[in-house]
Amino acid sequence: MNYEAVIGLEVHVQIKTHSKVFTRVVAGYGHEPNTLTDPVVLALPGTLPVMNKAALDAIIKAGLLLGCEIAPVCKWDRKQYFYPDSPKNYQISQYDQPICIGGSVEIELPGAARNIMGEHRKIPLTRIHLEEDVGKLNHHVADSLVDYNRAGTPLMEIVSEPAMHTAEEAYAYLTSIRHTMIYGGISDCDMEKGQLRCDANISIRPVGETKLGTKVELKNLNSISYVRDGIAHEIKRQLAVVAAGGKLIQETRDYDGQTGTSQSLRSKEMAHDYRYFPDPDLMPVQVDAAWKEKLRAECPELPFDKQRRFLRDYQVPYTITSVLIPERELSDFFEASAKLAGPGRAQAVGNWIANDLLRELSAAKLPLAAAKITPASLAELVGLIEAGTLLNAAAKEVFAAMFVTGEAPAAVVARLGLAAAPSDAGELEAWCRDSIAANPKALAEFKAGKDSAINAFKGPVMKAGKGKANPKLVDETLRRLLAGA
Amino acid sequence: MSVPLHFQSIAELSAHLAARRISSVELTQAVIARTKAVEARVHAFNSFDEPDALAQAAASDSRRAGGQSCGALDGIPIGLKDVIAVSGQPLTASSKMLANFVSPYNATVTESLQSAGAVLHGRLNCDEFAMGSSTENSAFGPAHNPWDLTRTPGGSSGGSAAALASGSAIATLGSDTGGSIRQPAALCSLVGLKPTYGLISRFGLIAYASSLDQIGPFARTVEDAAIVLGAIAGHDPRDSTSFKTEIPDYRAELKLRRGPWKLGIPKEYFGAGLDPEVGAAVEKAIAYYRALGCEIREVSLPHTRYCLDAYYVIATAEASSNLARYDGIRYGHRSKDAKDVLDVYQKSRAEGFGDEVKRRIILGTYVLSSGYYDAYYLRAQKVRTLIRQDFLNAYREVDALITPTSPIPAFKLGEKSADPLAMYLCDIYTIGVNLAGLPALSLPCGFTAGGLPIGLQLIGQPFREADLLATAHAYEQAHDWHTKFPSL
Repeated sequence: MNYEAVIGLEVHVQIKTHSKVFTRVVAGYGHEPNTLTDPVVLALPGTLPVMNKAALDAIIKAGLLLGCEIAPVCKWDRKQYFYPDSPKNYQISQYDQPICIGGSVEIELPGAARNIMGEHRKIPLTRIHLEEDVGKLNHHVADSLVDYNRAGTPLMEIVSEPAMHTAEEAYAYLTSIRHTMIYGGISDCDMEKGQLRCDANISIRPVGETKLGTKVELKNLNSISYVRDGIAHEIKRQLAVVAAGGKLIQETRDYDGQTGTSQSLRSKEMAHDYRYFPDPDLMPVQVDAAWKEKLRAECPELPFDKQRRFLRDYQVPYTITSVLIPERELSDFFEASAKLAGPGRAQAVGNWIANDLLRELSAAKLPLAAAKITPASLAELVGLIEAGTLLNAAAKEVFAAMFVTGEAPAAVVARLGLAAAPSDAGELEAWCRDSIAANPKALAEFKAGKDSAINAFKGPVMKAGKGKANPKLVDETLRRLLAGA
Repeated sequence: MSVPLHFQSIAELSAHLAARRISSVELTQAVIARTKAVEARVHAFNSFDEPDALAQAAASDSRRAGGQSCGALDGIPIGLKDVIAVSGQPLTASSKMLANFVSPYNATVTESLQSAGAVLHGRLNCDEFAMGSSTENSAFGPAHNPWDLTRTPGGSSGGSAAALASGSAIATLGSDTGGSIRQPAALCSLVGLKPTYGLISRFGLIAYASSLDQIGPFARTVEDAAIVLGAIAGHDPRDSTSFKTEIPDYRAELKLRRGPWKLGIPKEYFGAGLDPEVGAAVEKAIAYYRALGCEIREVSLPHTRYCLDAYYVIATAEASSNLARYDGIRYGHRSKDAKDVLDVYQKSRAEGFGDEVKRRIILGTYVLSSGYYDAYYLRAQKVRTLIRQDFLNAYREVDALITPTSPIPAFKLGEKSADPLAMYLCDIYTIGVNLAGLPALSLPCGFTAGGLPIGLQLIGQPFREADLLATAHAYEQAHDWHTKFPSL
């Protein structure tokens, strides 16, 4: 019998706000333990939560970006369980009335080759709700220590429908969410910092069956490749159990990315009763149309939409767009520069960014924001090259200088004397005549119709011009002379 | 013979302070001396900070000397129920769980009183986590009624009532979840006000049942209650359930708002279980209002009989959740025998909480459990809506309601402690008000033949405390119950 896997993902995304979700203390990562706390975070007796509007703004924006319906009222519930990372021993969350309902995530599956766009699909969402993050336990030999810095960080949980069937889809889904959240300024989605976390619900069923099989929840998928590997491993494990005549049990399993194995954490019988009930400390918040429209106006173009537009409007190759698109600032840099460079030059701009700029930034360990090269200076550089006043080889040198000093390309060209030969036309013509005369074999080939034979004449000309001859002019002059030869 | 300082009202004492007839240090010393004389018998305080109190009093005096007095409360010793946070002071909720806890922050009401210049001299005994009607659930032993030391001062804010009635404070704050201010006020011959839910910030009040809890004043007179209310009422951005509303000058309004009022007598509040002496005193008070020209009308609050049931579902559900944070991990009692995390939870909570608290946590956990939520919690919330609707319907006909505060006067310590249900019945006239979120106050309306105080409850309309206080003031002006003090 043939089986198919059914996968649903629960993705937690930390929202990038200045302060925590229910108090004013700063939210952050990498601080001394228990320094980002206050009486509310530590759940001292008598403290009360007050909602951070910025967190609600961010999740509504996320919902709008993913095409969700936004609930008219934001209501809060308490999810109750005892664990030392949860200061109140309940987590403020949303139970029966999530703020975002439905929606979908567009994904791109791997293409046939690296330079070919893959198939796009939409994975439907069940809901997105807002909650508070918990603290972190650090286990030692004799005891465990709790750090509440993370506790109370705004967190949204994006729940997909069980609508994926392969680990690749799950990988693409998570990647797409990541890009979208980064675009929206909602989260940096750094998995190493726990800003993006993922649990997967996986089951298998005979192909053609519509009922879901026994579900296994896979936890601890703490990198995007662990998500792919962990899911692939779990599907294989389930198929093996069934093939051996075994029966799957509903359980939660812990995936270890280091060893590529998983083990059972708890079975269904040990599942929590969270005793959800509406939080009496927080009033429901009405989300009216004006609020939503204000946020909708702040929503950026989605990454895939931008990619389609770049392909269409700028005619840049798919491979370049796949470098530019994931980073919003990079794609914005490209677009600004391409516009300034003018028609027909976008591909050159894209190449400079995707190859040279990224390489230099990475070597200097700098973010794009710190780059001294601007969209305008890059456009100017491309302009000089296209006009033939700057040769490619020299342009590399100009670019390197621009990267270091931030000078305009024309200034670098002038300072280093890298301009293509302004050339005395007579001198250039003389070099060309000499070159043609010195190579009768190539002349014969050219006359016989082999156009590329012209290149054989260019080398000596460039040499005579010490590399500064304007190649466009050289080409024109050679063709004129050859036509008359 | 003039009334000793420790039995005078805020209105009187603030006039003395303003006229420099006394200083705040002198007043505070008098209150401290009185406390030292009676506290061993009354046990109203959980903690008392004499040097800190005198320093606050000295600061008040120097403000006054510099012409910077903050008003009627400047220099007045006010005690707080030990569920209200004062930075640097113990905050125990009368529980072993928090016996060694010192609050690092102030409640909003604490800051309000401090900026009004009040001298916050001590934290007052109460039932553990404000659960009870007698202070017998205090882990540190019960408070005693100054009118009869063998009896309860009521609860849960019994220490707040006992301290004020015995002259160990000039006013106090309590909290009222099902009657915890009004019942002790009635049992100790004091004015006790439970404001509209949302009028006073709960930030810094240890939560028992969040949707019912409200802080309020105990005072010797209605005017004093108006003064304290004015200092602590108002919107607080740190409490999402606090309401944005205009705060009138409650004290000035006492003289501006005159009846006659239309007063409703809810027939369900005068049935079986009402002590005849209490009933008679309340009838006399009603007769007084009638004589004053008020229209008295019988009204019905048909869902009254469900109040106790709805209350014990909602309050315990919220309590089970609110008290989950007391786990021995970050602060509070931690069992010395705990071997792992589960042990820390189970043993710390088993050792740290008293029986009544455990009873309510268990009940609350049960009613929120999967499969029971709809039958208990959800249904109780629906009943709550009906109860509130009863009151709002009545207010279409009348301005306020008159009832007894407590069905019985102060009972003997130990008399009901073995019977939780008998104890719960002490709250039958006060609980509906909390469920409906309304303002209500208790004021003295007489004594039993045995000399025990009796309280009259006036229930008002949402955020109309000024009218409620004025209605009570009209009665108080013509009676002298508030001029009688217990002999201790």
